[in-house]
Amino acid sequence: MTGLQGWLDQPGVTIVLVGALVGVAASLLGAFLVLRRESMLSDAISHSVLIGIVLAYLLTGALDSPLHVVGAALAGLLTVWLTDVLVRSRRVKSDAAIGLVFPALFAVAVLLINVYARDVHLDTDAVLLGEIGFAWLDVVRVGPLEVARSLLTMLVITLVNLAFVVFLYKELKLATFDAMLATALGFRPGLVGYALLALVSVTAVGAFDAVGAILFVAFVIVPPTAAYLVTDRLWRMLVLGCLVAVGSSVGGYALALSFDVSIGGAMASTTGVFLLLALIVGKHGIVARALRRRTPGPPPSILRERETGGAP
Amino acid sequence: MAGRALGMGGGMEPAVIGARQADGTNGSHEPAFALHVEDLTATYSGDAVLWDVDLNVPPGVLAAIVGPNGAGKSTLLKCVIGAMRPAAGHVYVFGHPYRRQRHRVAYVPQRTSVDWDFPTTALDVVTMGLYGRLGWFRVPRRRETDEALQALALVGMDAYAERQISQLSGGQQQRVFLARALVQDADLYLMDEPFAGVDATTERAIVDLLKDLRARGKTVVAVHHDLQTVATYFDWLALLNVRLIAQGPVTEVYTPEHLRAAYGPRVVLLGVGGHAPQP
Repeated sequence: MTGLQGWLDQPGVTIVLVGALVGVAASLLGAFLVLRRESMLSDAISHSVLIGIVLAYLLTGALDSPLHVVGAALAGLLTVWLTDVLVRSRRVKSDAAIGLVFPALFAVAVLLINVYARDVHLDTDAVLLGEIGFAWLDVVRVGPLEVARSLLTMLVITLVNLAFVVFLYKELKLATFDAMLATALGFRPGLVGYALLALVSVTAVGAFDAVGAILFVAFVIVPPTAAYLVTDRLWRMLVLGCLVAVGSSVGGYALALSFDVSIGGAMASTTGVFLLLALIVGKHGIVARALRRRTPGPPPSILRERETGGAP
Repeated sequence: MAGRALGMGGGMEPAVIGARQADGTNGSHEPAFALHVEDLTATYSGDAVLWDVDLNVPPGVLAAIVGPNGAGKSTLLKCVIGAMRPAAGHVYVFGHPYRRQRHRVAYVPQRTSVDWDFPTTALDVVTMGLYGRLGWFRVPRRRETDEALQALALVGMDAYAERQISQLSGGQQQRVFLARALVQDADLYLMDEPFAGVDATTERAIVDLLKDLRARGKTVVAVHHDLQTVATYFDWLALLNVRLIAQGPVTEVYTPEHLRAAYGPRVVLLGVGGHAPQP
């Protein structure tokens, strides 16, 4: 036990573990957001959860009550719902709707902090950038162990997200690929979608202290996108996304140490390196596409029409 | 290989997929209509796309829903499967609300309504047809995979089971969608534009498939856009243009008067008089 404690007492271990857990939790959900073409909702949610956190603080007077999670989840869903309402007007397109809703909610949250919570540690810099370098300072006791609070939080959130994706894999896949068939078969794709986004909100709050909104959005979008360039199977996309996230946490930390730069920034940049690699050498990357254009394919059969363009 | 792909109607053995038909689901206690729509009105942000539509499709027919763009054809199907809540009216499938009859209905959306770059295979898409039978949380196993493979063989696509779906042609994608409906072994098949954007070979194959379904006592209701082929492909016709213009056996409904009522006065039909088929 003391060996494990000694290991956990090293700041670097905690930092890498927190980064990896945020990465895995975010990219598991992110894969479905990317495929649903809703990845920018994660950006919106990661900002607007602040209003949930502020309102929970004003209600309870504490910064770490369980009400935070509830408040943040509700704020995230409010963002999604307001976006939906605007889109359904058919005059506001979804990108504009996202851009309208989250700055409004974020701004109200900032004003509420200014007016009612000036003296509290809830500054907006921390929201955007977080400080993963300090993650190991705030510890809680779990049985015989002292564990960083954000490590514990992210471990729970990651397990919840993993269970969600594993147990609802078939439902998530169907709702993402063909929402109309999902409806016809009685699977409530709307409900599945809201559950997904509620978990994105909860993950955003968990990530909020540790890594901030920007690294969170990077972890939601970049690892699944890199994986999508490499594979044609959903489950492989999920596994590869997790591996890229873990690799980015480890690689980012090493990068930050050797160049003495921001750890969060280095981790986000490392996800970008993986994306670049996938973009170049992936199955659907630049090289593969160029090669396919060079080699003449088999002559078109009667069944293959020219107009689809789907066949390479 | 080509012979296999072409022969999807001819060599079909009803018993392969029709495991459930032996228990008499099409028994004598069946209600008069496979699909019965009553006073259906549907709106998109205030504008009526369907107005007071009454539709009665008897069991065992190949029915086409035909009408100009924006006539509410797809909306009608969406109202049936509960993807859209109608402003007024009721829908009954074999005498009961759709929710109690899900297991007897297979729905084929428009091919273009999904993202074919989705990371999955033809076999996996067909297996999705069985998710309704599995219900929440239960995962497909060997049995489901075998059934999906059989359905793919019925549409001549078993050689493409492990293909990523974006690597299929439009006609092949439509066949995968039809296999997904076949694997459900339903009694009523709702199809949204099954012939849209497919090659001539696939079109013939789909026609054979529809006739085979009819021969097995199934009912098909398909949204269709090609006036020229309605009378040869289908035996029952509903003309729709927000309101229902006419419905009944295709020989009675497919008349110049009815078509003018649906499409406006400028529609001229090949074989009914002159050329210039579309308004």
